[in-house]
Amino acid sequence: MRRIDYVIKRTASAILTVFAAITVNFFLFRVLPGNAVTGIAHVPNATPQLRRALTTEFGLDKSKWDQYLAYLNQLLHGNLGISFANQQSVTSNLRSALLNTIPVVLVATIISLLLGVGVGVLSAWKRGSFTDHALTTTAVATYAFPTQWIALLLLIGFSSVLPTAGSQDVFSLVEPSMWQQIVDYSRHMILPATTLALTLYGGNAIVVRSAMLETLGEDYILTARAKGMRQRRIVIRHALRGAMLPVTTLITLSLGTIVAGAILVEVVFSWPGVGEALYDAVKHRDYPVLQGGFLVLIVSVVFFNFVADLLYVRLDPRVVE
Amino acid sequence: MSSSVLNAETVTASNTVRRVRIVRFLRDHKPALIGLIILVFFVGIAFVGSLFAPYSVTASSGPIYAAPSGAHWLGTDDIGVDMFSLVLHGGRTSLIVGGAAAAVAIAIGGVVGVLSGYFGGAVDMILMRITDYFLVIPDLVLMIVVAAVWGPSLTHTILVIGLLLWTSTARVVRAQVKTLRERAYVRRARSVGASHVSVMARHIVPQIGPLLVANTVITIAVAIFDESALAFLGLSDPNKVSWGTILEHANDRTAASNGAWWAVVPAGACIAAVVIGCYLLGSAIEDALNPRLAVSHLAAKGWRLRSTATLSAMGRLGVTRRRNSERDT
Repeated sequence: MRRIDYVIKRTASAILTVFAAITVNFFLFRVLPGNAVTGIAHVPNATPQLRRALTTEFGLDKSKWDQYLAYLNQLLHGNLGISFANQQSVTSNLRSALLNTIPVVLVATIISLLLGVGVGVLSAWKRGSFTDHALTTTAVATYAFPTQWIALLLLIGFSSVLPTAGSQDVFSLVEPSMWQQIVDYSRHMILPATTLALTLYGGNAIVVRSAMLETLGEDYILTARAKGMRQRRIVIRHALRGAMLPVTTLITLSLGTIVAGAILVEVVFSWPGVGEALYDAVKHRDYPVLQGGFLVLIVSVVFFNFVADLLYVRLDPRVVE
Repeated sequence: MSSSVLNAETVTASNTVRRVRIVRFLRDHKPALIGLIILVFFVGIAFVGSLFAPYSVTASSGPIYAAPSGAHWLGTDDIGVDMFSLVLHGGRTSLIVGGAAAAVAIAIGGVVGVLSGYFGGAVDMILMRITDYFLVIPDLVLMIVVAAVWGPSLTHTILVIGLLLWTSTARVVRAQVKTLRERAYVRRARSVGASHVSVMARHIVPQIGPLLVANTVITIAVAIFDESALAFLGLSDPNKVSWGTILEHANDRTAASNGAWWAVVPAGACIAAVVIGCYLLGSAIEDALNPRLAVSHLAAKGWRLRSTATLSAMGRLGVTRRRNSERDT
């Protein structure tokens, strides 16, 4: 298979996945009892005429198929509907939420990768030693801890030192400067990002460790050792490079975990991101936001997966064959 | 008549052999033994211990957010309910949901994996395409949406989790069945006219039994994890106490600002312990099944958690497995 064929195949598969998610999203919510009209026309004295007019206006008298097409059409125009809760468009609601989620996820991912690679390399290097046991045990333990639990513990432990809720301090400054705002925002981000990083690093460390062990068993490592190369150089320059392949895809592979973690962390720390939006939507039965949030998260995960697939070919041309 | 006697004898004999084998396995694999002890302990306190819970889990039995004391070993919650009793009762729900959801997941994953691996061709392609889609979609997000639409109840929680956790099992089983299918005895059975159904039932499924056990144990861990997450988001039966709902209440009802660490620590620690127990047992079984992992440089004593076992334990990282199996085929 040529590279271009592989790329086309991956693109098609990504588009299909998104499409399947959209379809599921549409029909899943149609299972619910009632519709937009029963909700809105739930006023006293709602005449059958009003009801009928609304039904026509919302296009609910059309067939399911036509409704589906209309839904797709609106999606293509970036319309995700109107939130029941604040009567604003779901798109604008989610856009601001996404802008809050991205920094947390980004910072947490970077910290967890640095920590994970460091710990993984060290424990593979010192395999079988006490250091290895201690590091691996800690990594496995953090992996086994529920995200919301770590978040709550940090919240209790640091509530007197760091801000534990929201993304900014509303009371402290009357007219904060740009710099003060950034500092305030970052301070609020410390706990959510740390929690997320802690839950992610364990998995990273274990994958890095096993990838390292595998490369350390390769012939070229033996050759390097036979040439009398120094241990440190072998591990860093030769083994780590070989082990980077699984590590690079790791970020995208753990996307599902990252998203799940972000939702829970945001709920604990009331961080106004997509996870918190989803949580509020669940609580208030705000279906348009729930539907939109689902779509946003699925599409971003599929997108990053797709990027990973392409990246993988660049790094390891063998996958194409 | 003589044949039935013979059969009965062989059955008892093979049962004894199996028992000896399990004992020997546990003796040789310390992590598996530790994992099993942890699990037995928690099943014990959840199902037997909860019958002897010191206080009611619905009525208050002390002051609000009382710190741990002789009367209340783990303190009390926001309305004065005894935390120790809550943890005992919560374990029952969490373990039931974990076990039942894992059973659903393994059943689906096993069937998909066997059909896909055994028949190959178009069946394989269609089933694996579906599996791929499920692999990409982040479990928890889909679970949240489905659970929100369905409404909170114990059955719904079990089904939602079970219906979304089968993918990695399907992958592993498929890979295994693909190699089994080519074994001489399977081909021989086919050539003497055994039907597909009987070949699968008699020759394929018994062979993947241990693999299914390993996967079940690990899936239980993931399911308990997911249950706690769903419960935390208020998507499980509000009338049933579980380790997840204990954490939910702690978060919702300001345990943190009251400094009530005892309302948070026990439930989470129980989840973590059960999850670790499952990982230890599951990955030890998986290790024992995979002779390749016995190669010296891959082995390390103590926490023997390596790529395949660990990744399946991580569940949501199942995609790596996809790549591995793609490379194998």
